[in-house]
Amino acid sequence: MNNSTLKNTTILNVGPQHPSTHGVLRLKCELNGERIIKIEPIIGYLHRGMEKMAETGSYLQYLPVVDRIDYLSGFFCSFAYLDAIEKLMDIVCPLKALYIRTITMELNRISSHLLWLGCYLMDLGATSPFFYAFIEREKILHIFEKLAGARMMYNYYTLGGVKNDINKELLGEIKVFAGNFNKQLKEFEDLINNNPIFISRTAMIGVLEQETAVNYSVTGANLRASGILKDLRKDFPYLIYKQIEFDIPYKKSGDSYSRYIVRVKEMKESCKIVNQCLDWLYSNIEDLKINLKINTAKIKPEGEAIGQVESPRGLMLCYICADGTNKPSRVKWRTPSFYSVQLINEIAKNYLVSDLMSIFGSLDVIMPEVDR
Amino acid sequence: MSLFYLLYIECLSFWKMPEWLIFIMWYIFNFILIVILMLLTVLFLVLFERKYLAFYTRRIGPDRAGYKGCFQTVADAIKLLFKENIIPKNADKFLFFLSPLIVFVPVLTVWALLPFSSGFYTFHSCCSILLFMAFLAIPAIGILFAGYSSGGNNFALIGGIRSCMQLIASEIPSFLVLASIVILSGSMDLSVIVKNQSGSILNWYIFPSFLGFTIFFICSLIIMNRLPFDFPEAESELVAGYNCEYSGMKFAMFFLAEYAMTFILSALVVVLFLGGYNAPFDFYITDCFNLSVILREIFINFEQFFWLIFKTGIIIMLIMLIRAAYPRLRTDKTLDLCWYIFIPLSIFNLFIAIIIKYMRGIL
Repeated sequence: MNNSTLKNTTILNVGPQHPSTHGVLRLKCELNGERIIKIEPIIGYLHRGMEKMAETGSYLQYLPVVDRIDYLSGFFCSFAYLDAIEKLMDIVCPLKALYIRTITMELNRISSHLLWLGCYLMDLGATSPFFYAFIEREKILHIFEKLAGARMMYNYYTLGGVKNDINKELLGEIKVFAGNFNKQLKEFEDLINNNPIFISRTAMIGVLEQETAVNYSVTGANLRASGILKDLRKDFPYLIYKQIEFDIPYKKSGDSYSRYIVRVKEMKESCKIVNQCLDWLYSNIEDLKINLKINTAKIKPEGEAIGQVESPRGLMLCYICADGTNKPSRVKWRTPSFYSVQLINEIAKNYLVSDLMSIFGSLDVIMPEVDR
Repeated sequence: MSLFYLLYIECLSFWKMPEWLIFIMWYIFNFILIVILMLLTVLFLVLFERKYLAFYTRRIGPDRAGYKGCFQTVADAIKLLFKENIIPKNADKFLFFLSPLIVFVPVLTVWALLPFSSGFYTFHSCCSILLFMAFLAIPAIGILFAGYSSGGNNFALIGGIRSCMQLIASEIPSFLVLASIVILSGSMDLSVIVKNQSGSILNWYIFPSFLGFTIFFICSLIIMNRLPFDFPEAESELVAGYNCEYSGMKFAMFFLAEYAMTFILSALVVVLFLGGYNAPFDFYITDCFNLSVILREIFINFEQFFWLIFKTGIIIMLIMLIRAAYPRLRTDKTLDLCWYIFIPLSIFNLFIAIIIKYMRGIL
């Protein structure tokens, strides 16, 4: 107390229970008036011991838990984990499973970005886009519910494929969604893109320089908004991304506005990918295997492998060290939000308190993924 | 004296009461009437806003309490009444208790100054415009006190300081606009200003000073803490800002004051620029019927009241639409808007008003 009066600064403690930290993040801000001098992010309130948990059970017992690492994009987490095991055991999934995985992951990317979009606008104070985003997201969750049986914690992928087959009715639903989605997104853009208040709140605010982005090993849309064109789907194509035509949107300025634009464009590209997968699935709906039915007793890999996936928030890695037993001896996750959350001091310094949440929101940080 | 006062004296003369008692009782009646009117307006406004926003965002909105949720705000109010009254440990208890009153009472007082119809106004003053704005400046002090006394809660403190900051910034351009209206009408009396706008829609002051209307409308948004400018309680930055630590009835008072302020400032915009209680055409609908003099007088008052509420409703719907569509502006951007754009523009508007007044004098 005495110290802060001497230094003429105030300590503002944002979180861990704060409406716009989106989870239990604590930001210790040092303020001069309303200007932020220093921010110290304090994490760990949502630590569940995900990595240690893996060592206690068998490979497939860990699988349902993996979805909880990032509850907004469960498919990506389970893919990263399974990718590592499949690399260890040299399993090649059936083609149809690959297509189903791609289509679900891209829909998941859209739903995750939609939630981000709604919450971000909510952070800026606009209330209605939140509801519009949730209406669209609800449609995707409905599709997932029919496909996997759960809205958020899917546990749908399995070793060597996926659990349930996709049927024609569901494909029709996805097609209807993908057909309408661009129109809905256009309405969003009409409401937001040229809104003068939105532009004044985001343009040239929270600029992330290329060098800083690289030094902090930021990935995903945050990196691409700073002008570095890196996307795992193009650089090291996994699944069927080689056969699919899509662009990687990027912008050079690195401010909050370009992060917003990049994410919105990414949703459009995801929609494009979904449409291409749909075409293939429609023509090959019959008589194809969706998984390999691997004997669980034989899952005893040996060696080390890294599963990797371009999640909505960036590069997600899962490192598995296997010792020939039915339990992994070490699982290590590299989650993208962990690297983004550290940026906050770098890019929100010297802005006002009002900008803190708009900058932090634009990074698309999600706390369970940071703490694991 | 207004028609209703004469009617009132006529009714009371039966009992032969002393004159001072009649005089005092008139104000007590008025006070009760205004409190009831205000509570009803706020109850309706809160429900209306929720339903309206629900419609805008494709939801249903409250639909449980009463028919289609019509008692939702009543239920909320009852809930707030029974809530625990929490006072923070380090709070300045006197200020903490006082500040909801400082916010609430001036807003309630202001309702007495508004001419709801040609016969229905409580307090008549020759400079009611000045009184109006003076009373509306007081709530900001209450908000500052609320932020300051909340036991060292920095969120509340920042909210309180922001409220004062925006009050000073918005008060100057709005006063300059008011000056232009005073020049146009030649009076500082709200009822005279309304009377000068009677006749037809072309006499409304929105036409000579559309610029003034725009500035005053946006400034009133700032004064009433509505969404593009609601930084004293920006929920995504400051959680709830100045009323962070308040609960129960004290919170309800802030809430009540906020909505009462929304209504009264929209009504002020209507009175100043949109002809107040005047009908938009050059006759009243009541005149279409053949009524006796006294009945006509009464029905015209009701019609005028309807027109005022109707126009105010349109302004309030506009305010709610803005709330639904726009994100929050930043504090410093708002200050820039007020100091660098609105003040020069409102001075320009003042000059236009002077020129129009001068030309009218010549022609």
